[in-house]
Amino acid sequence: MHIKVIKPGLATSVQDAGRNGYYHLGIPPSGALDQYSFRAANLLLGNAETAAVLECTLQGPQLQFNVACQIAICGAAMQPRINGQPQPAHQVLSIATGDTLDFLPAAAGMRAYLAVSGGIDLAEVLGSRSTYALGSLGGYQGRRLQAGDMLTLGAAPSTAAPAGRSLPTALQRSLPTKTTVRVLPGLYAHRLRPESATRFYQEQWSVSSESDRTGYRLKGGTPLQFQPREAPFGAGADPSNIVDAGYPIGSIQVPAGKEPIILLRDAVSGGGYAMIATVISADLDVVAQLQPNQGITFAAVDMQQALQARQHYQADLQQLRQALG
Amino acid sequence: MSIRYTFGGDEFLFAEVSESMSLPACFTSMAITGQLRQLQIPGIMEICPANASFQLRFDPDILPAEQLLQQLQQLEQSLADSPQILDTRLLEIPVWYNDPWTREVGARFRQRHQDPQATDLEYAARVNGFASVEAFIAAHCGAPWFVSMVGFVAGLPFLYQMVERQQQLQVPKYLSPRTATPRQTIGHGGCFACIYSVEGAGGYQMFGITPAPIYDPAQSQPYLADSMVLFRPGDIVRFKPIQQQQYEEAIQAVADGSFQLDIFPVRFSLPEFLANPQAYQQSLPGTHHAH
Repeated sequence: MHIKVIKPGLATSVQDAGRNGYYHLGIPPSGALDQYSFRAANLLLGNAETAAVLECTLQGPQLQFNVACQIAICGAAMQPRINGQPQPAHQVLSIATGDTLDFLPAAAGMRAYLAVSGGIDLAEVLGSRSTYALGSLGGYQGRRLQAGDMLTLGAAPSTAAPAGRSLPTALQRSLPTKTTVRVLPGLYAHRLRPESATRFYQEQWSVSSESDRTGYRLKGGTPLQFQPREAPFGAGADPSNIVDAGYPIGSIQVPAGKEPIILLRDAVSGGGYAMIATVISADLDVVAQLQPNQGITFAAVDMQQALQARQHYQADLQQLRQALG
Repeated sequence: MSIRYTFGGDEFLFAEVSESMSLPACFTSMAITGQLRQLQIPGIMEICPANASFQLRFDPDILPAEQLLQQLQQLEQSLADSPQILDTRLLEIPVWYNDPWTREVGARFRQRHQDPQATDLEYAARVNGFASVEAFIAAHCGAPWFVSMVGFVAGLPFLYQMVERQQQLQVPKYLSPRTATPRQTIGHGGCFACIYSVEGAGGYQMFGITPAPIYDPAQSQPYLADSMVLFRPGDIVRFKPIQQQQYEEAIQAVADGSFQLDIFPVRFSLPEFLANPQAYQQSLPGTHHAH
């Protein structure tokens, strides 16, 4: 009654909606980086919307099922195969005992979510099954999956989802190779020279290969210049330094003005670099689906626009629930 | 001192108490966040005090941003004249200064250091005007430290020494961060000490190592029974130098799950401390009084 990991894939981990209430101790929320796709996969199966799933990154795992169950895969386009036979994503698939599931590398997008009927069954740690690998916390033994790991399934939903049920195309997210992400300027933006603050929004940046669940590092744009200043006591000599402070999830920092870093759900909770803007909550999923070398442009919005986008995002989730409920 | 408020997207409110580090700024951050924690305002999801700032995560669907901002500004006003007293605790943390593990890692990353010919301790002693490493260590463990922030990674304390500003030990971070730092390394960057709670990357200078686990999801030691994270903002830390034999005995106790820390309750008064830092910090409890 378990799933055996034959090959772990590039960076596969157990994730759910994440944990709140421990950020002040340096423990970030974690959880699926693309919350929409994670919820869609669970809802397809009739699971609890936030049941634990596997987040598969760029190259998915190879799994052997020693249990019959249903699965659904949403998010990045990683062609799933059962016993070598290609299968559709965004659809309920039936797995028989002994079946092997694997994936082709992501053709578009960065992260696919594999939900299993009943969810991945693990003890909750601090209110969540999400993996926070840097702190060896939660998930499967506090780490990414490795070959030989054995995953157990939770109790299947009382009513099995009809095999073949699929996510309507209109409810599937697009996976562009370049995208514009909306941000709220603020925090320490006033410390940039005006010409840098303007240029930041005019140039296209590209995703560096040094990007993971902690943060996305960006390259390709003109280095940003901070206003010269006399360093406040304790801040550090570089003009991009501040007295170490908390970092919002989605905040963008620019160490030494060189390469902006967007912090994601496994964020370091604080540090000594000035942040110049924050990705709005509605666009965090979008960032997490960008592959290395893909393009990103920033659009400044105000709080009202951020809240409107938030409402649209919630309306989209509501549509998912209605379509699949 | 007026706080600067700024939003981090639609879910975070960031409050800068002061651009520069000071104990009063840290105290203000703790007073406001402490009060907020007690008020249990619906819609506030995270309350994160930091060195001279704090941030909140909130759900704008429950608590509109403008309403939160107004409540905070009222709280700031109402706390402006409140007594700056903190009921906290003092923890004695054993440190093997100049230990072989941090020395070895330091040697491995010498090309990333300002002074490749010196060790981290030799460099720190020199840039702070001490005649010897021993004198620097004496200053490091000679006055207690205030936990001014917990974070970066799980359970990592930032520590600000309870001495006058001109006596603060200041050391630049490595020119570029190391890819390795031993777990439980005593580090230093800018005016802050830290204790690395997990093995990993780091840019702080390395002075020694403690045998005491300070973050442990398995909660194996008695003093971690209530929380996998040892430190809380507002804790006071006194570093207690130990040598190889005591270190090895402590590591054995850690392996047995029976390691103990000396922890004392403290009522800390900021005005009394600021009036005479030297005398006040010596009046704090600790095992050193027994010697």
